Amino acid sequence: MNPILIAIIILGSVALLSALLLGIASRVFHVNENPLIASVGEALPGVNCGGCGYPGCANYAKAIVDNNVEVTLCAPGGNEVIAKISALLGRAVVAKDAEVARLSCFGKPEFCAPRCDYQGIQTCRAANLQNGGQKKCLYGCLGFGDCVSVCPFGAMSMVDGLPFIDEEKCTGCAICVRECPKKLLTLQNKKRQVYLHCASKEFGKVVKEACTVGCNGCSLCARKCPEKALTMVDNLPIWDWSKCTQCGLCAKVCPSRIIFLDGRPVPKEAKEAPSA
Amino acid sequence: MSDILLIIVGAVLVQNFVLTRFLGICPFMGVSRNLETALGMGGAVIFVMVLANAITWLIHHFLLAPYHLEYLLTIAFILVIASLVQLVEMILKKVSPALNQALGIYLPLITTNCAVLGCAILCITFRYDFIRTVVFGGASAVGFTFALVLFSGIRERLEFSRIPRFVQGLPLNFITAGILSMAFMGFAGLVK
Repeated sequence: MNPILIAIIILGSVALLSALLLGIASRVFHVNENPLIASVGEALPGVNCGGCGYPGCANYAKAIVDNNVEVTLCAPGGNEVIAKISALLGRAVVAKDAEVARLSCFGKPEFCAPRCDYQGIQTCRAANLQNGGQKKCLYGCLGFGDCVSVCPFGAMSMVDGLPFIDEEKCTGCAICVRECPKKLLTLQNKKRQVYLHCASKEFGKVVKEACTVGCNGCSLCARKCPEKALTMVDNLPIWDWSKCTQCGLCAKVCPSRIIFLDGRPVPKEAKEAPSA
Repeated sequence: MSDILLIIVGAVLVQNFVLTRFLGICPFMGVSRNLETALGMGGAVIFVMVLANAITWLIHHFLLAPYHLEYLLTIAFILVIASLVQLVEMILKKVSPALNQALGIYLPLITTNCAVLGCAILCITFRYDFIRTVVFGGASAVGFTFALVLFSGIRERLEFSRIPRFVQGLPLNFITAGILSMAFMGFAGLVK
């Protein structure tokens, strides 16, 4: 008999036998996995950003089904995914407002000068270890873009020495929030129009010496607010969002114009109109 | 009887698969982070190696050798070992899902674990009979587990040590493995 034929027959029969055995074994040792886990996993966006606190979408899906974890933790998926998963699980749909990361600093290098020539490792984290970084303002954004480099969605870019967040692309996964050594990035409700771009808790004089666009704690915004939604805490206005009607008056009266309205500082001429 | 004892001592200590023959380094580096997974991996390897050795010996002696197909040794053995690993994975998934999760990617990697294939081929080279083949497989796997457990114990200790940054992680693992291997050189000549 042809030796090639023998080789084929013998190897083929060994393979067939193993396949048969495996087939039987897969029946005998079949594990019933909850099919819900797979379908919930499919509903999740699958970007594995870890924003929910679980290592990857598959593990979050397992946690939802097995441990009844709430379904609202997926920031990139947003309301669409929440609705889908709620429908799968037969739970009531909980709507959640979209959140985006926002930066609490407007101290571009032209407004807030460096106090030294920092030549170390070019990351915020490293610079922050050197006595709080190179900026005159100890609360200011260091501008090395640690947040930009960790953003998995390409929503951030460096513009004029500060990270710019594209709110259309930002999914609110909060990875940049955890990365910032100055804790300047926070998740904010996307619908909120007014937002203070300063985090300095210093008194007015110290703030003004360091930065021309810092909040000096004049409390004009708090006094002018028609809804009394603002209170001054640590020389910074704090919003009570339940009272705020997004009228934007605080943004218009701010002398430093660092309360942004709709993602932009209010231009100078608009500032005069309401006070007149 | 005494030569079976010699095979056991030889496979576990003198010709240790990881530390003297340098086979199966991949799981040795990969799954030795803590004792528990090391023991789990060791268990899986013992199971696979004994079974693989028994089956490959039968295949060699009753299928390949009579038809002079020794040149098919590697592919036939890999075939059997791959299916065996699949089987072990199925059983583990059913019996111990936690262990299955802990072993992760390394369980399928036994498929291409050179220690398993090496062990099977060595038995053919040494012209062992069936009993000796099975004993050699078991002893080799025990030696593998022994090395893995020793190494993971050392690694667990090192986790809490102050280590210069430039050797942290993989470099230190290789240095440790090298020293461990040198220690095993002390057994050389114990069994001829």
